[in-house]
Amino acid sequence: MKAFADLYAALDETTKTNEKIAAMSSYFRSAPPADISWAVHFLIGRRPKRLIPTRELAAWAIEEAKIPEWLFGESYQAVGDLAETIALLLPPAQATSSRPLHEWVEQRLLPMRDWDDRARRESMIEAWREMSDRQRFAWNKLITGEFRVGVSQNLVVRALAEASGVDANVLAHRLMGDWQPTPDFATEILAKTTGDADVSRPYPFCLAYPLEGTVEELGPVHEWQIEWKWDGIRSQLIRRQWRTFLWSRGEELITDRFPELAAAGALLPEGTVLDGEVLPWKDGAPLPFTEMQRRIGRKELGSKILAEVPVVLMAFDLLEHGGQDARERSLEWRRAELERIVAAAGPESHLLASPLVEGASWEELQRTREEARSRGVEGFMLKRRGSPYRVGRRRGDWWKWKINPYSVDAVLIYAQPGSGRRASLFTDYTFGVWDQGELVPFAKAYSGLTDDEIRQVDAFVRNHTIEKFGPVRRLKPELVFELAFEAIQRSSRHRSGIAVRFPRIARWRTDKKAEDADTIETVRALLPPG
Amino acid sequence: MDNLLERQPDGLYCAAGGFYIDPWNPVERAVITHAHADHLCPSSKRYLCTRAGEALLRARIGSEGLIEAVDYGASVTFDGVRVSLHPAGHIRGSAQIRLEYRGEIWVVSGDYKLDADSTCAPFDPVPCHTFVTESTFGLPIFRWLEPTEALAAINAWWRGNRQAGKASVLFAYPLGKAQRVLAGVDSSIGPIYTHGAVETFNRLYRDAGIALAATQYARSAPPKTDWTGALILAPPMAKTAPWLRRFGDFSTGLASGWMRIRGTRRRRSIDRGFVLSDHADWPALLTAIRSSGARRVWVTHGYRAQLARWLEESGLEAHAIDTQYEGERDDAELPSDEAEP
Ligand SMILES: [Zn+2]
Ligand SMILES: [Zn+2]
Repeated sequence: MKAFADLYAALDETTKTNEKIAAMSSYFRSAPPADISWAVHFLIGRRPKRLIPTRELAAWAIEEAKIPEWLFGESYQAVGDLAETIALLLPPAQATSSRPLHEWVEQRLLPMRDWDDRARRESMIEAWREMSDRQRFAWNKLITGEFRVGVSQNLVVRALAEASGVDANVLAHRLMGDWQPTPDFATEILAKTTGDADVSRPYPFCLAYPLEGTVEELGPVHEWQIEWKWDGIRSQLIRRQWRTFLWSRGEELITDRFPELAAAGALLPEGTVLDGEVLPWKDGAPLPFTEMQRRIGRKELGSKILAEVPVVLMAFDLLEHGGQDARERSLEWRRAELERIVAAAGPESHLLASPLVEGASWEELQRTREEARSRGVEGFMLKRRGSPYRVGRRRGDWWKWKINPYSVDAVLIYAQPGSGRRASLFTDYTFGVWDQGELVPFAKAYSGLTDDEIRQVDAFVRNHTIEKFGPVRRLKPELVFELAFEAIQRSSRHRSGIAVRFPRIARWRTDKKAEDADTIETVRALLPPG
Repeated sequence: MDNLLERQPDGLYCAAGGFYIDPWNPVERAVITHAHADHLCPSSKRYLCTRAGEALLRARIGSEGLIEAVDYGASVTFDGVRVSLHPAGHIRGSAQIRLEYRGEIWVVSGDYKLDADSTCAPFDPVPCHTFVTESTFGLPIFRWLEPTEALAAINAWWRGNRQAGKASVLFAYPLGKAQRVLAGVDSSIGPIYTHGAVETFNRLYRDAGIALAATQYARSAPPKTDWTGALILAPPMAKTAPWLRRFGDFSTGLASGWMRIRGTRRRRSIDRGFVLSDHADWPALLTAIRSSGARRVWVTHGYRAQLARWLEESGLEAHAIDTQYEGERDDAELPSDEAEP
């Protein structure tokens, strides 16, 4: 546990990619396989669910630290993170533990689910007493289900590759799917050769960067394959050994949620993996994404909702063909085979091949792109002809060329403290626009400001509170921000009558006064017709 | 009986003796605990401080003002109030101020710490009826490791950077903290350079015979100096200065008690935080208060309300006193005369 807690601290301390990789690979080189499996499991974000309610954890820490509850509260205020507050204020460790990570996890963490409160409490206190501050912090994070590290799966793969000498693409594939963190797993992923046997295992998704600079810088237009950028659930549909699996990009197996696609799998040749977007689709066009959310929200999928919100897989790539990894083949080859497979599945299959967009010049495409909003897409995907299917987010071969997001100038009207490391600052904001001389709440946004701006806004909040409701502060309407968002639609659930998707702060309009912010009429004008 | 001290608009005032302790505005007579800016306001007429702190005080206030310096433990009497200064262990020359009048004894701690520090005299508990304590780190989350561990961490970071071909820029409060680092780091790792604000105080420490690692003033280093492997000591506010660019590839560190908290470490956007403070941590505050034997405590600085409440609940009479003392600032502005262009 000590080595793992040190790794956690080292990853937390640096923002530099190389240093993160170095810290992980040195851990992978020295840790036993049983620990490596768990470390990989946690590092790639497969954290356990919260095992103990924070209220109880706090109560036990208060008792153990022999301090009154108010003083714990004050300490929490200063730290802004529960796991850390507890780690810092408990008395120094009485013993040091050399118990390895897998023992902690397998003997203390996993069984905790089945223990009663007394046993949980005893286990926690015993753990705290033999742990350094660092170990306590990592342990508390695991127990509260909040263990997060700032590393992507890609970085973990690179560190494993560095430590083991196994090719990064092979490793990335081995880390996909539904593996269990057993000692064998670590031995297997780090082995030079293994039969990669798991039939359900998806491939790592290739992800696109937003286009930087101008589209002309990409060179001649004929070197690019152009598709619409669909806004759905990015997924892989897998057909192997007469079984069908649908994996989302969040690495969830979602086959059960989409019976249409589970059935479509049977129409695919043996040994096929398609990459695409699951879209709510009716009468030849996508439905708003909120319809999809409505469907996902259902516990039971009745025939009514299936009829109201049917889905398709808008397939745009072929990753496995005839049981062979096809990712190194050229984009044209994969596209041609994809079209054949989709055509063979037939028009009733709920499978579509993402249509290609033609354009003789970038200029012409730029005009076509203006149709994106009316087509219910987010813009274009640009893919370099001749390129292989890459692992993870890479610059160069795939770009998203999105339509410019909508933007509105709105006034900051409510604020409340953030969570995690931002719990000591007001970072969650609600913005309003004018409606007949009154500010109506219009969107919430959490991101987009620099740390410096966050501090300034925080100071503003503390000095301009008009009213408090629990953690929420109502503020003097003074600060104006430009909000950007991706989509807008009518909503009866919002006071403004409008819901926006992915709102974020584009910039702080220090040049504007509250009176200069937009009105609800201006915002309504952005709504799609209907 | 009236209080021996009262909180006046200009600072803590002793009416019987006609003097202030660490006033934040210019006054007739000021008794000074130590030379940090929040405890020492220039332009008063007369100052009383320790002999060890005199040169630092003079450097801070300029040529105006009369300074009377006394040895630790020696006493002076103002209108029947006996005043003596006792080591506070905070920085060189720092003192707790003991006042005695008609059998009533008060001690004003100024800033203090109980940890070992070779650059100043160690904290000396002084029995009293009323103890005026600081509370910069007055919460139980603040608990320091041995200072030797913090220094070892600084050495390891410096050595690692040297191996990686980088310079190490360490931000530390220029008076006290910087010298404590210089007295404790392993100077065999590489050359040490300083920002002007640090160098000014280094000179005064060395003049007083305190052993510090050898340093060079970074601005007078010859052009094309190779900074790889060097340690550069600078005040925290130099963090955003263009001054830093000359060092090429470097890692940044900050030595401060606030580095105990992950959120403050991250918000400062520095590479490494080292928990090293010249203030008492929570256990040390409680130890110092207990060993003063005082039944009544006044609490100044940051967490005064919290510490006072804790003391009240432990059976002492405690009051939170609102002052302008700021405690350990790792984001303090540099006075303009100390800023590097
Ligand atoms: Zn001080
Ligand atoms: Zn102070």
